[in-house]
Amino acid sequence: MAELIDDLYRLGAPIKDTKAPEGPIEDKWTAAKFDNKLVNPSNRRKLSVIIVGTGLAGASAAATLGEAGYQVKSFCYQDSPRRAHSIAAQGGINAAKNYNDDGDSVYRLFYDTVKGGDYRSREDNVYRLAEVANNIIDQCVAQGVPFARDYGGLLDNRSFGGVQVARTFYARGQTGQQLLIGAYQAMERQVAAGTVEQFTRHEMLEVIVVDGKARGIIARDMVTGEIETHLADAVVLASGGYGNVFFLSTNAMGCNVTATWRAHRKGAYFGNPCYTQIHPTCIPVSGDHQSKLTLMSESLRNDGRIWVPKNREDADKDPRDIPEEDRDYYLERIYPAFGNLVPRDIASRQAKYMCDDGRGVGPLVGDFRRGVYLDFASALSRMSREAIDEKYGNLFDMYQRITGEDPREVPMRIYPAVHYTMGGLWVDYDLETTIPGLYAVGEANFSDHGANRLGASSLMQCLSDGYFVLPNTIRNYLAQGPFEPVAPDAPEVREAEESVKSRIDTLLSINGERSVDSFHRELGHIMWEYCGMERTEEGLRKAIDLIRSLREEFWRNVRVLGSAETLNQSLEKAGRVADFLELGELMCIDALHRRESCGGHFRAESQTEDGEALRDDEHFLYVAAWEFAGEPSGAPGAPVLHKEDLIYKAIELKQRSYK
Amino acid sequence: MNLTLKIWRQAGPEAPGEMVTYPVSDISEDMSFLEMLDVLNEQLNAKGEEPVAFDSDCREGICGMCSLMINGEAHGPEVTTTCQLHMRSFSDGDTITIEPWRAKAFPLVRDLIVDRSAFDRVIQAGGYVSVNTGAAPEANNLQVRKEKADRAFDTATCIGCGACVAACPNASGMLFLGAKITHLGELPQGQAERDARVVKMLGQHDAEDFGGCQNLGECSAACPKEIPLDVINQLNRDFMKAKR
Ligand SMILES: Cc1cc2nc3c(=O)[nH]c(=O)nc-3n(C[C@H](O)[C@H](O)[C@H](O)COP(=O)(O)OP(=O)(O)OC[C@H]3O[C@@H](n4cnc5c(N)ncnc54)[C@H](O)[C@@H]3O)c2cc1C
Ligand code: SF4
Ligand code: FES
Repeated sequence: MAELIDDLYRLGAPIKDTKAPEGPIEDKWTAAKFDNKLVNPSNRRKLSVIIVGTGLAGASAAATLGEAGYQVKSFCYQDSPRRAHSIAAQGGINAAKNYNDDGDSVYRLFYDTVKGGDYRSREDNVYRLAEVANNIIDQCVAQGVPFARDYGGLLDNRSFGGVQVARTFYARGQTGQQLLIGAYQAMERQVAAGTVEQFTRHEMLEVIVVDGKARGIIARDMVTGEIETHLADAVVLASGGYGNVFFLSTNAMGCNVTATWRAHRKGAYFGNPCYTQIHPTCIPVSGDHQSKLTLMSESLRNDGRIWVPKNREDADKDPRDIPEEDRDYYLERIYPAFGNLVPRDIASRQAKYMCDDGRGVGPLVGDFRRGVYLDFASALSRMSREAIDEKYGNLFDMYQRITGEDPREVPMRIYPAVHYTMGGLWVDYDLETTIPGLYAVGEANFSDHGANRLGASSLMQCLSDGYFVLPNTIRNYLAQGPFEPVAPDAPEVREAEESVKSRIDTLLSINGERSVDSFHRELGHIMWEYCGMERTEEGLRKAIDLIRSLREEFWRNVRVLGSAETLNQSLEKAGRVADFLELGELMCIDALHRRESCGGHFRAESQTEDGEALRDDEHFLYVAAWEFAGEPSGAPGAPVLHKEDLIYKAIELKQRSYK
Repeated sequence: MNLTLKIWRQAGPEAPGEMVTYPVSDISEDMSFLEMLDVLNEQLNAKGEEPVAFDSDCREGICGMCSLMINGEAHGPEVTTTCQLHMRSFSDGDTITIEPWRAKAFPLVRDLIVDRSAFDRVIQAGGYVSVNTGAAPEANNLQVRKEKADRAFDTATCIGCGACVAACPNASGMLFLGAKITHLGELPQGQAERDARVVKMLGQHDAEDFGGCQNLGECSAACPKEIPLDVINQLNRDFMKAKR
């Protein structure tokens, strides 16, 4: 057995993507589509696919595979597929249509996305993403998605997230909702046509692997508690991201890691778990009761000025009583060239430093004030109130509803929050995981974003995967069919079923003292403090110890009431938190081993003289793909790291600089 | 704040239900209504009583998952979703009655949770544009007049929460249906199936046991997305035309 490194993990054999065709990057996707085998329409009816998740990635995949004629089973934990977390996305979706003739192109979108991810994503996948993005817009418009239009009746674009071209398509502040409703409707059309069968309020709790191939899932009917076996020829996970490991995040309450974590435990590698995107403009925590954080669109930074008091004594003063000379407009001071428009990771980190320095504002939460001002006073003196309202009115109203303060009167308070995750199941060019027949799409995979997701690029990836990529790659796998049927009582099925049942029984029988939420909160606190915006060797080691003992206590002292045979929300949460408790440790190990800073991963030990993130391409130009090696905690279960070297042929690596 | 909550508890669709009174204390006005219920649930769990089941997910007013009749009003006293309702809308010492959506088409699942899958089936009956993936023409080949695009948008904002149904004395789903009919009917993409759509969707609406519309307007008044009442006129006009 390989030696234990840092007392935490072992090094395994390198891994690489073997599926992307050779040749120039522009031709790869065309070649792959041609080379992939076809399935005769009459055979498609005999092939079945399970899709877990009905967000943009899952719903679009279900609709497309259903249209093609496969038998699809679709699962989600909400009461309707339309409620998947994708619905909450506000800003927009990118595509290189170049409708404004401002110099945009597929190549530029590709370039910006690789650079934005701080050169930690895979070139071939990102190029394909940029290539199919235009089709997404066509598809959505044809479905009736009401994108913003100009008076000539044509589609409108805006520029977003510091990009110099206007390539973002949007639907007011509800782009995610409108795109998801489009995909949902396309999927419901297939439900009516009989190709897609939908299972709502069903939670997938295990993958069934037979002869090394994914052949089904175990799901719990969340209403009756029944444990069901669903078999198929291939399984697709479209179950979203795991930002809720932090407890407080902008994610929906139910977002979880269970589907991907269960697959990981069955042999699927987990890629770059430590990469988390933190968004600088969220409404700060107001008290211990808080259940989630709300994102305020980043566009606010275009006209708002960010500051904190120069003196700690002023933290609890009315901001309007703090004179100009006592305010520290710290972003404008440190980054004169970009000012308040520095990228997300930089704006977030600086806000944290200010609060750590005791100059944060807003209510004390614990013994800390976690907020900085985003002040519209100077914009209000420059522009009319009407003009400001026209631009930001709905955001101001939302803020006022949540905080009870009018940002036109008192400066708004903001603080960074966990937003989405770039890590996920490792997949190859075909979006297949290391378990044959198991695919991962959308936020559930690691592939396209590197260490940062740029604004408007996540929606693009979800729909690209679901509408265009997966349907073309999975057919290559399905063409190997017909597959040997799996007996419903095969030992692998029994085993999966038993493990789900015994886990549920254990959770219900512990009957300890603490609620599930209290464990989740505590885990979230550990993750945020030590594996959040800034990470250090010492902090991460501490976090790993804390998580291990918290996990031990969880299995000894959690209290889950009620029974397994009914709708039981505490039980649902308990299963998810149990998985977060394992994922959290792996995130810390991944963060610890990556002794460089890149994108959303800032290692304090790796910074330039003036405090900027310092990448180390010589040692870390790779994807970290983690293999599960047994129950975590300690040497026997130490995870195994497989490195996938990142090879850049089309793009030259550069250091990011915003000074 | 200290409050008295009267909450509908029902273990399952067949089980008997009853109103149960719970006091809660130390409620801050910054809490959302659902966070206030989280606090109650933590207290119940500590006492060994099963928490109250209620639906929510995004807690941002957009997924449509949260529900609740609060003091007899869908989503409570403000025009918003329950997750965006904050405790500053209440006063210390208040008694608050909390019940599930009540409508034949939305059968009760447990406590405050109902089954709204009837809405999915109404959409399945025709609430889409039939276009296969990969078959779409270049987006800008299709122009849409700004006013039409705006109206399509305003009606596409429906989040499928069901407050309209809960607020309607007849438990009609016409506002929800009208919103979808109008959204797709305003757009050139929606024209080919326009007649068939309204006939099929309305048929499904009635088959699901939603009530008829008497133009009372309670639906639109309760709608957190302010879907205008005139989408129902649009629905009726489209239906008459399709029948001719
Ligand atoms: C507030 C906010 C704003 C955003 N704004 C933007 C933006 O402007 N532009 C952009 O590009 N991106 C944005 N994003 C990111 C983007 O919305 C997400 O990355 C993306 O929607 C993820 O989609 P998905 O299909 O992968 O997963 P989701 O939409 O998260 O769907 C997950 C699905 O999986 C199901 N599921 C999960 N676990 C299980 C299980 N165990 N069993 C059964 N079902 C399960 C759920 O029911 C759900 O259907 C934003 C995110 C947030 C939080
Ligand atoms: S019409 Fe309004 S109240 Fe009815 S489901 Fe839609 S958003 Fe909810
Ligand atoms: S929880 Fe999503 S709208 Fe209220």
